[in-house]
Amino acid sequence: MAVQSRREDRERTVQSLLKPATEGELQRTLADASASRQPLEIMGAGTKRSVGRVSQAAVTLTTASLSGIKLYEPTELVMSARAGTPLARVEAELAAQGQMLAFEPVDLGPVVGAAPGAGTIGAVFITNLSGARRVAGGSARDHLLGVAGVTGNGIPFRSGGRVMKNVTGYDVARLLTGSWGTLAVLSDVTFKVLPVPEQVATILFFGLNDAIAIEALSMAIATPWEVTGAVHLQSAMARRLSHPDLRGDRQAVTAIRIENFSKSIAYRTGRLLEELKVFGKAHIFDHPRSIAFWDELRQLSVLQGSTAPLWRISTAPQAGPKVVADMARFMDCAVVYDWSGGLIWAEVQQAADGGATDIRRVISAHGGHATLIRAEPAVRSAVEVFQPLEQGLRDITAKIKAVFDPAGILNPGRMTTTL
Amino acid sequence: MSMIAMPVPDRGVLARRDTIVADLARLVGPGSMISDTDGRRAFETDGLTAYRCMPLAVVLPRTTEEVSRVLAYCHANKIKVIPRGAGTSLCGGALPAEDAVVVGVSKMNKVLAVDTLNRSARVEVGITNIGISNAVAPKGFFYAPDPSSQLACTLAGNIAMNSGGAHCLKYGVTTNNVLGLKMVMIDGSVIELGGDHLDQPGYDLLGLVIGSEGQFGIVTEATVRILRAAEGARPMLLGFGSSQAAGQAVSAIIASGIIPVAIEFMDKPAIHVCEAFAKAGYPLDVEALLIIEVEGAEDEIAGLLARIVDIVHPFAPSMVRVSKSEDESAAIWKGRKSAFGAIGRISDYYCMDGTIPLGRLSEVLTKISEICTRHGLRVANIFHAGDGNLHPLILYDANDADQMERAERCGAEILTLCVEVGGCLTGEHGVGVEKRDLMRVQFNEHELRLQMNLKSVFDPDWLLNPAKVFPLDGRPVAA
Repeated sequence: MAVQSRREDRERTVQSLLKPATEGELQRTLADASASRQPLEIMGAGTKRSVGRVSQAAVTLTTASLSGIKLYEPTELVMSARAGTPLARVEAELAAQGQMLAFEPVDLGPVVGAAPGAGTIGAVFITNLSGARRVAGGSARDHLLGVAGVTGNGIPFRSGGRVMKNVTGYDVARLLTGSWGTLAVLSDVTFKVLPVPEQVATILFFGLNDAIAIEALSMAIATPWEVTGAVHLQSAMARRLSHPDLRGDRQAVTAIRIENFSKSIAYRTGRLLEELKVFGKAHIFDHPRSIAFWDELRQLSVLQGSTAPLWRISTAPQAGPKVVADMARFMDCAVVYDWSGGLIWAEVQQAADGGATDIRRVISAHGGHATLIRAEPAVRSAVEVFQPLEQGLRDITAKIKAVFDPAGILNPGRMTTTL
Repeated sequence: MSMIAMPVPDRGVLARRDTIVADLARLVGPGSMISDTDGRRAFETDGLTAYRCMPLAVVLPRTTEEVSRVLAYCHANKIKVIPRGAGTSLCGGALPAEDAVVVGVSKMNKVLAVDTLNRSARVEVGITNIGISNAVAPKGFFYAPDPSSQLACTLAGNIAMNSGGAHCLKYGVTTNNVLGLKMVMIDGSVIELGGDHLDQPGYDLLGLVIGSEGQFGIVTEATVRILRAAEGARPMLLGFGSSQAAGQAVSAIIASGIIPVAIEFMDKPAIHVCEAFAKAGYPLDVEALLIIEVEGAEDEIAGLLARIVDIVHPFAPSMVRVSKSEDESAAIWKGRKSAFGAIGRISDYYCMDGTIPLGRLSEVLTKISEICTRHGLRVANIFHAGDGNLHPLILYDANDADQMERAERCGAEILTLCVEVGGCLTGEHGVGVEKRDLMRVQFNEHELRLQMNLKSVFDPDWLLNPAKVFPLDGRPVAA
């Protein structure tokens, strides 16, 4: 290990960093920590460290030294990588073969003050990060085929595998998506990949209000022409875009992406324009402009550079504008809708609770859940950052935590006071 | 078949049968309780007909509340419960036990809401798989997972087994198409997982429950993702002189960036049986047949199929035929989707469901052939080539005890081979009773223990479908 992990060293250092480089080292480190009830902060590159409640662990374990691609079979659409492999490395390998992660993970790091493009592939799956293409192709959890990891009490395990279809035993791998390092530390992830579409086009409308925009997106996505992105940026967000064709524009932007073989793009774009003509004058971005636009969205650039509380809200697409309208009665907010209205990124005004009380009340009326992605540490310590669960689910969650991490050493307090 | 042991029934429960039946009858509406011998016989087996067992009683509740009352009663009285959909399981997932109550959801089959703008539908899970697509078809939508048994199988069973189908290469399996569930826990409490939004907060409990083979609770309602159907779809037949050439052709198509909606493979024995049954126009002089389907508008389909023909050219297909009509397409799919039935007309068969990496196809088929020859049995192979899910059908005579035993041994060797080449025991049928004792081929004791501990979270007394999935020895609760 690059950094000493023996207990006496830990006692000497306030903030030690453990960097296991093999599955065996990871296993021994966790077994040791579990035996001594030493709480650990678990991270990949640490870009999402400030998401969640404030860490209560003095020692940090990173998967950064568990790096490298173990298997890539382009003709079987499968890749297996060690959990700490940089996402950028994974995507470069895929791009060289004309393939990609179809769920288009967003780069949360710069939004919460970390460096861009530095995240790890393991963290993508453990936090279930997905971007605009989720509406068509599913989320990170849908592309996960298998994992290897070590439980909080130092027991290595595998779940799933490298094949597309596998119902052998329980789907433990999928359970771990969304667990934010509180159940196990992953050492390997195996996932499905897909070909990069030959061509991309984007249909844009400017100046639509939220309700009309979501109606347009929902109509588009319910056509047979396989829309793979459906977003709406309120004007306050749209004006932050750096895309050369949109920069400085003060109108709301509604965008619909079509990806396919070149021959299909013209046909499908034409049919969609016909279907959507009731929404007024449409503009088209060709391939290069589309690539730039959707890349910028994937970087979440419009959400960067602010310290205002940022919420990620998931709801039924049609409920999106209602949630935002109700929120606006309580607070100033600026919003980006993704997933044709089903995913809301909302930047809200500073408040002692980051807006949690009002937002959660609005959510309970419309259904869905809200996560406070960015806020001052004092706020993140004071409120529930992740959506509080119903009592029945809270009980099940606590029991599952006890199965994986009986000593409660993995990211204690990260998700809730007890997880 | 006699190789798989079942636990000794609880004598105390058997002795209390009359009381239990009377109590349960009071908890559900009239006509929902089946306790007579003839009535129960309809539930003594499932799609794995070699195993049979008369259940203590059968309850067919009509509401979530009735399911809740029944489970609370069984929990309080320590009575085992066998959840059941349509009973089409190929792995004995719905096989009853003498001391267990079958709780079937077949009467809970209503469509509760269809929401095309949110692209979701809320249904009771006793609805058949095809029933969902039929309900949303007038609006141009469909429910994507399409197991071959879709005319009969219920969404409940699909959720229990995380079922796939021929078209999951493009659209995913059940877990990728369910957004929310309502589930009754063994103590009668009711939980909601997910909803009509696209992801869920916290641990992915939805993902854990889907594929848990009825061992965590009884799901009563689901919100499923529905998709707008493509403008059109058309299959093409490609015949090859060897399975190796067919496998290489599949690799080349995928490497080119084309993801067909389905790529199905049949070997020569399977082709002959299916053609005799369906008259689909399958070529009889090839060693391997691919059915490849693409979707889109008319011109798009023609363009994609032409590209595929170019791509497979180096692998010397001896036959290339694009369907020219709806009738012809229907016949091509009828042959494939009725393959199990067609083979069942000529012989009893034992259907395997392993998954393998596509690159190992040729080698695996050769070894399967060797294994079957060694056991003196014939085999026909059907394969979802796009996703590596292999269905060898081992032909045997069910009236010959020796052949039955050989078929089971042959199956175990084939599945072990699938794991050895980097695949798994079951791609879409589930573990059930059938593959329970093979679980140690794929998992070590720690991994089995981890999974069993998860079962104990949901069902501490192991009352729900207990004799399935895990070997009977080494359990936290004695079988």
